[in-house]
Amino acid sequence: MNIHEYQAKELFEKFGVPTPKGKVADTAEQAKAAAAEIGKNIVVKAQVHAGGRGKGTFKNGFKGGVHLVQTPDEAGEIAGKMIGQVLVTHQTGEEGKLVSKVMVADGVEIEKEYYLAILMDRESKSPVIVASTEGGVNIEDVAEHTPEKIFHQAIHPLLGLQPYEVRKLSAKLGFAGDQAKQFGKLLAALYRLFLECDCSMVEINPLVTTPDGQVLALDAKFDFDDNALYRHPEIAALHDPTEEDPREVEAAKYHLNYIGLDGNIACLVNGAGLAMATMDIIKHCGGEPANFLDVGGGATQEQVTNAFKIILGDPKVEAILVNIFGGIMDCDVIAKGIVAACKEVDLKIPLVVRLEGNNVEAGKRTLAESDVALISADTLADAADKAVKAIAA
Amino acid sequence: MAILVNENTKILVQGITGSFGGRHAQLSLDYGTRLVAGVTPGKGGQKFADKVPIFDTVAEAVEVTGATVSAIFVPPPFAGDAILEAVDAGCELVVAITEGIPVMDMMRVRAAMEGKKSRLIGPNCPGIVTPGLGKDSHGGCRIGIAPGYIHKRGKVGVVSRSGTLTYEAVWQLTNLGLGQSTCVGIGGDPINGTTHLDVLKMFNDDPETEAIIMIGEIGGSNEEIAAAWAKEHCKKPMAAFIAGSSAPPGRRMGHAGAIVSGGKGTAAAKIEALRDAGIEVAKNPSDMGQALVRAMG
Repeated sequence: MNIHEYQAKELFEKFGVPTPKGKVADTAEQAKAAAAEIGKNIVVKAQVHAGGRGKGTFKNGFKGGVHLVQTPDEAGEIAGKMIGQVLVTHQTGEEGKLVSKVMVADGVEIEKEYYLAILMDRESKSPVIVASTEGGVNIEDVAEHTPEKIFHQAIHPLLGLQPYEVRKLSAKLGFAGDQAKQFGKLLAALYRLFLECDCSMVEINPLVTTPDGQVLALDAKFDFDDNALYRHPEIAALHDPTEEDPREVEAAKYHLNYIGLDGNIACLVNGAGLAMATMDIIKHCGGEPANFLDVGGGATQEQVTNAFKIILGDPKVEAILVNIFGGIMDCDVIAKGIVAACKEVDLKIPLVVRLEGNNVEAGKRTLAESDVALISADTLADAADKAVKAIAA
Repeated sequence: MAILVNENTKILVQGITGSFGGRHAQLSLDYGTRLVAGVTPGKGGQKFADKVPIFDTVAEAVEVTGATVSAIFVPPPFAGDAILEAVDAGCELVVAITEGIPVMDMMRVRAAMEGKKSRLIGPNCPGIVTPGLGKDSHGGCRIGIAPGYIHKRGKVGVVSRSGTLTYEAVWQLTNLGLGQSTCVGIGGDPINGTTHLDVLKMFNDDPETEAIIMIGEIGGSNEEIAAAWAKEHCKKPMAAFIAGSSAPPGRRMGHAGAIVSGGKGTAAAKIEALRDAGIEVAKNPSDMGQALVRAMG
């Protein structure tokens, strides 16, 4: 799960990670009042999850989702042009994202930019701190062109962050004296936040030093472990469903794991691995999958019905491929559920069904004898091939 | 022989009185598996299915019944603790079926298991099956949630991250007349107990296993590491399949571990590593069984 920049800033303040002064605003008036507390050198930033805001364009023609202004009046004016408007950046797709809030912050002067992140590393099975003297740019580019400027430090899962590890990183980044102290405090606070909030990643890009010697986190990106949200209701509450594909939000309500893609063949599968493999074989047969959809280990009529409704909410979908490996569940029960679901949603596009497993013969008979026009398939390859041909026909 | 477990292995189930755990414990009993104990704190003294004794702690269950393997069906908030309890009780093998355990919990569990003799499989995995010699492979050792009847006793070792995709592969093998020595599902989480490589080494050393099929998916570098080892050391014919070649980067495909980030963990890179190791890669998921037939020449 991701959160907004202003929410990240609030988390930083709670854990003691220093950031520039700032406030979130819903209206131009609020933005003006927030700017008045800062005085001059004020940044106004549109609050959407996507990156590339500065270079984005609003659908009303206004350019840039990040502006530096000098007076509260100007801040209010800029905020007025952003709030309620749709911002398009290279990460939002052409539909863009609605901006309902802006952040008004102190546009601190920057002396030097750094990069600092903590992430859960699956190889070392521990948190790893990643730091670089090259901040404010895409870290993947730094990793590719100047890998020697990126420093890693794995942290022991049970011992936690040790002072020497902080000193080592601080020295590598070139901090000395008071700035080294500030960096140490900041990193310790960030590590505590990472652990206590069950983050899978927290990234500060850029971390900056100012001409008056401060070390500040200027921007932040969080990723939380969805499996741990149950123990962090305050973080789960930061979830902004308007930032996500509405079909994914709807699917989550029914415990369906749905991810919208760009193709026209929808798939409905039980199990994540098999769902990925089904997408792969659609592509292998010359089609394009419209989604990833895992209905879980079983496949009840209710789940299949809800899944169909979500799939059919995508106007690009021209055919559906159902692939169920009924390991424990009786395939005949699954077949009856599919037939009933077709009737309930009044399915009008081609449906290819491939059932395999327990009592599969009875299941296939149920499909064949039903008055629903569906195409039965034997193997995975057969199913994908029939789905691709159903669209071409 | 087989690996990890066989028809004589005594297993216990933690969380046997939950609906999920109970259902699959019953299926294991029906399969002929030697399920000798259940553990649910507070329900010690009761019996599961009128015959399997339930204990309050794993330590008691192990002491009284001699179980050496624990299957964990405990809900996510308590699963980390349950794994450590099984390790503390000296279980040789702990198979964590539970899906949705926080990564931070698994990180600590793994660190705490350092130096212990117990092996962890999973979490978020379908478990292990060593098929039996009876009808529909009855009489084997089934730990977890896989359908028993799809298996057939034989000589192919199967290792995979996922559930239903593994069943698909096993079913293809069985229909081709290729039985399995042991099928191991290592799970789809980013931090787990046993890797593809660990299982590969066991199959390589197992006299009963004559060929190996490895099923992986996008994310991490588990499959590449296994391929690099296989290139130098694996004595047996191998086939493989990698799921997720059509998945867009940056999106988590159901399994928390199945995410391509920063250009790492792509299906293309994994397939290249496998081919480079001389492993026969299935063209698509319908081709997994046939790929092994080709590998075996």
